[in-house]
Amino acid sequence: MNRKALVLALAALCAASAFAMGGKEAAAPANPRIKLATTTSTENSGLLGYLLPLFEAKTGYKVDVVAVGTGAALKLGENGDADVVLVHARAQEDAFVAAGHGVDRRDVMYNDFIILGPASDPAGIGAAKSAVDAFTRIAGAGATFVSRGDKSGTHVKELDIWKAAGISPAGAWYKEAGQGMEQVILMADGMPGYTLADRGTWLAVKDKTTLKICFEGDKGLFNPYGIIAVNPAKWPAANTEGAKALIEWITSKEGLKAIESFKLNGEQLFFTYK
Amino acid sequence: MNPFLGALELILSGDREIFLIAGTTLRFSFWSTAFSTLPGLALGILLANHRFPGRRAAAAVVSSLTALPTVVIGLAVYSLISRSGPLGRLGWLFAPPGVVLGQTLLALPIVVSLVYTGLSKLDARFTETLVTLGAGRLRRLASTLFEAKYVLASALLNAFGRVTGEVGVSMMLGGNIRWYTRTMTTTIALDTSKGEFERALSLGILLLTISLAINALVHAAVKHEE
Repeated sequence: MNRKALVLALAALCAASAFAMGGKEAAAPANPRIKLATTTSTENSGLLGYLLPLFEAKTGYKVDVVAVGTGAALKLGENGDADVVLVHARAQEDAFVAAGHGVDRRDVMYNDFIILGPASDPAGIGAAKSAVDAFTRIAGAGATFVSRGDKSGTHVKELDIWKAAGISPAGAWYKEAGQGMEQVILMADGMPGYTLADRGTWLAVKDKTTLKICFEGDKGLFNPYGIIAVNPAKWPAANTEGAKALIEWITSKEGLKAIESFKLNGEQLFFTYK
Repeated sequence: MNPFLGALELILSGDREIFLIAGTTLRFSFWSTAFSTLPGLALGILLANHRFPGRRAAAAVVSSLTALPTVVIGLAVYSLISRSGPLGRLGWLFAPPGVVLGQTLLALPIVVSLVYTGLSKLDARFTETLVTLGAGRLRRLASTLFEAKYVLASALLNAFGRVTGEVGVSMMLGGNIRWYTRTMTTTIALDTSKGEFERALSLGILLLTISLAINALVHAAVKHEE
């Protein structure tokens, strides 16, 4: 190796990087980038990858999706780091709007939560009468339960059910993962244990696990999604026009139809209000 | 499937997204390494060639900063460039400049530290000789820079390798936005969380190949120095 080789190598590195520097998108609206903070369930199920290109092709906007838990998504909206949020925790959404962080909240779609567990269902929750009953049985049997533990919409729902059951979950059987839905399902699969999941994510990952739906169909497991624009009075720099355009489109006939038509392995993931 | 074959297939498939992701990774790394070059070189030379009170402490601080977790840098920069933070109006969060800023802060201590240790190894008589030959300040600086160029090259390659492989800063400041701020490491993290281990592993091998190439360069440089 001589000096020339080193210089040549550095030059090659620069060239490769410079080559990677091209590629800027065409801009139609004045402020074409919309930041959407949302939950992992909408992004990782593939829904947004299906919906947003339709919206982008029609309007010329470009939607940047930051997929985090509902709690984090609302926090991003509160701090002005997102223009619009799409989340699923109704009580927190209302509090968000009431506190002046967001405006123009609209219902978008829904699906439901399900309780996943080992095929053998060691706590016998298949026979439970309600979600609260199912959780009571899991705690009673001391069966392993994996919690999101990340203030996501699913975590909030889970805590609501524990509360309704009069149980404060703690102990070796209760594992707080602090991770996204897919990861938690895979962890529950590995342990094995129970977990609360949204149906969309479950359908997206079910082929990778041996878990089964042990309990479903309770009214208490309803999972509605809402979309909220960040308050422009608080964050003038936010892309309010873009947020508005996205909200209008996604709640329009066209947007709702697109949501209804999104299928994964032949199964519909999200439903709209008729 | 064999992950090595998978990696090869990923490259050969001509998948536009994979190339875009690899390109984004290289682009971020290039800029952050570039931005850390001048200040890194200046601070490294200052530490190595100038006597001032607290110099040893400063060197110790710099060398411990090289071990700073990426998530700590991510968090600090996050609170700085969030719209509710002091630099919020720039709109850098969840955009390429945010990632580049974070990675620059990650690369800087590495460059400073390696330039400093590299120059410290230079023969002390080098400067003395220059002084006896009557070289002025500027002339001495120029000669130091000339001597430092291989040290610097190796420092930059190291920094480049470090920022290419980091995930904390890219994830927290870039937000892993598809077609925009998604890098190889955040893609690997995402694929892992989705349970797509094969694809994650194949991407990992691709990343490893890039790091390996960079490391080969560093070693070649070091070997040359000897």
